[in-house]
Amino acid sequence: MNALLAIAGQEIRDGYRNKWIIAMTLLLAGFALTLTLLGSAPTGTVGTNSLLVTVVSLSSLTIFLIPLIALMLSYDAVIGEIERGTLLLLLSYPLARWHAIGGKFLGHLSVLAFATIVGYGSAGAVLVFQGVDADNANWFSFAAVIGSSVLLGAAFLAIGYLISTIVKERATAAGIAVAVWLLFVLIYDMALLGLLVADGGNGIGESVFNALLLANPTDAYRLFNLAGFEGMATFTGTIGLSANAEFSPLSLLGVQFGWIIVPLGLATWLFQRKEI
Amino acid sequence: MSASNLELDNTAKAYDGLKVLHDVSFAVSPGEVVALVGHNGAGKTTIMKLLLGLIRPTSGSVQVLGHDPAGSNAAQARLGMGFLPETVSFPANMTGREIMNFYARLKRQDRSDNDRLLETVGLADASDRRVKTYSKGMRQRLGLAQALIGSPRVLLLDEPTTGLDPTLRRSFYDTIMSLKDEGVTVLLASHALSEMESRVDRIAIMSKGRLMADGSMTDLRKKAQLPARIRLTTDDGAAGRAAEHLQGADIRHVNGRTVEFDCASENKMELVRRVTDIGVTIEDMEIELPNLDRIYELYQDSGEASS
Repeated sequence: MNALLAIAGQEIRDGYRNKWIIAMTLLLAGFALTLTLLGSAPTGTVGTNSLLVTVVSLSSLTIFLIPLIALMLSYDAVIGEIERGTLLLLLSYPLARWHAIGGKFLGHLSVLAFATIVGYGSAGAVLVFQGVDADNANWFSFAAVIGSSVLLGAAFLAIGYLISTIVKERATAAGIAVAVWLLFVLIYDMALLGLLVADGGNGIGESVFNALLLANPTDAYRLFNLAGFEGMATFTGTIGLSANAEFSPLSLLGVQFGWIIVPLGLATWLFQRKEI
Repeated sequence: MSASNLELDNTAKAYDGLKVLHDVSFAVSPGEVVALVGHNGAGKTTIMKLLLGLIRPTSGSVQVLGHDPAGSNAAQARLGMGFLPETVSFPANMTGREIMNFYARLKRQDRSDNDRLLETVGLADASDRRVKTYSKGMRQRLGLAQALIGSPRVLLLDEPTTGLDPTLRRSFYDTIMSLKDEGVTVLLASHALSEMESRVDRIAIMSKGRLMADGSMTDLRKKAQLPARIRLTTDDGAAGRAAEHLQGADIRHVNGRTVEFDCASENKMELVRRVTDIGVTIEDMEIELPNLDRIYELYQDSGEASS
């Protein structure tokens, strides 16, 4: 346990020292504030609740940015340390191998969570300062978008470790990480839509379509935030997608956790067997 | 229970069917300093990794401090071990002290001893600077300092003196010798043959994954049966006459005053006596016993031949 925390602490300190944390926080805060301020200008006039608009904007931002940041943090974690020779030294210490991956995960997750909470939180603070008209349910949605963004980040951290454990070279890991990002963030939904159009809505059953949505962590995240809450669906363009998908927020949360636990477990299992 | 701190028993290792280590057996006792020498890829690092439990032997067994280093008590064995990898690198943005604190925590040691260790390796003044400002030699010394955390009973050092200047090398060996006196087992893998031969108790020569020889310098000399090289300086013009009377020696070089020849170590006094018997005055004599470089080359060559 001590080793786990020591490694997590080392990652956090490293993230702080090499300015990763500050850069990520500023990046997320910058985007979040831009979306909030630009988003509230047109909607304010028609009296729409701008907190919900912010939540929708932030969740779209998350889908593009958080997986990318998480993969950048994690793709190097195992293979990079092997290539630099630092893993050899680390594993010569009295610790179990899962401590090494678990510690890194905890450290990276803390860094990512800090950047997300502070970055997105700053957007929330600006809205409060502007005297936004929002009820508790809206604030709950806002908290949920931050929380689930951290979960999405955790899922892509775990996927990154899995990539990092499988490959034999660092450059391969970088390539696969980019491919995974493109697939899950850009290509997947387009392919899914294309499939629906080509199919004419006949061949693919609802259950198959729903299963395909859950097979992508970013879609699970999108469903959780955009369709999971009452009043949200009316603002979003994904109603067409989510109307068919009947998932409870709890089950979507379960899927998000699954996307963390399965890749992380697999990465740890492979790492235990890896010959360094 | 064996009396040795580390032991390989008929240990072999293969990667995807390719054998990198062939049934190696050797043991090192407490207070013994052993050099592991061999060309790149001879199996030195494989042995280190086996002793650290990072890889498992394909056959045979490995024991460190009475435990299987890849078994369930591995953490116990590693608490008593220190390791310096061949290429040592640390997070560039940490200070030397922070790195020592991190490793001390992993080894469940109090950080209070770190100052003394940094002092030992001569990094006390640089301990609060970031590692990225360190020279190669300073990083190497920081690597040594982390290996010494927690007073290990077994030290595995892979190329410990690369990047160290002669003064630092001497102080490195001084440190090793004082650890030896405390009963620490030290295994050094290195290419720096000449600096090790006078300082280690035993030398294990590896070639192509095989242990070619294992013994003290005297043992190896005897076993290798390499000739001693002798250079005689005579009075003017007598060298040619001396050379004629050196039957059985391998004359390598003669000119006016000096004659250089190789001969079996036990014959050297007899040959020198023969030269003085014919009335040649010997003004100077140099004897060069076969050094580790030559013994090493011999075993490398026989390693080539056997594979």
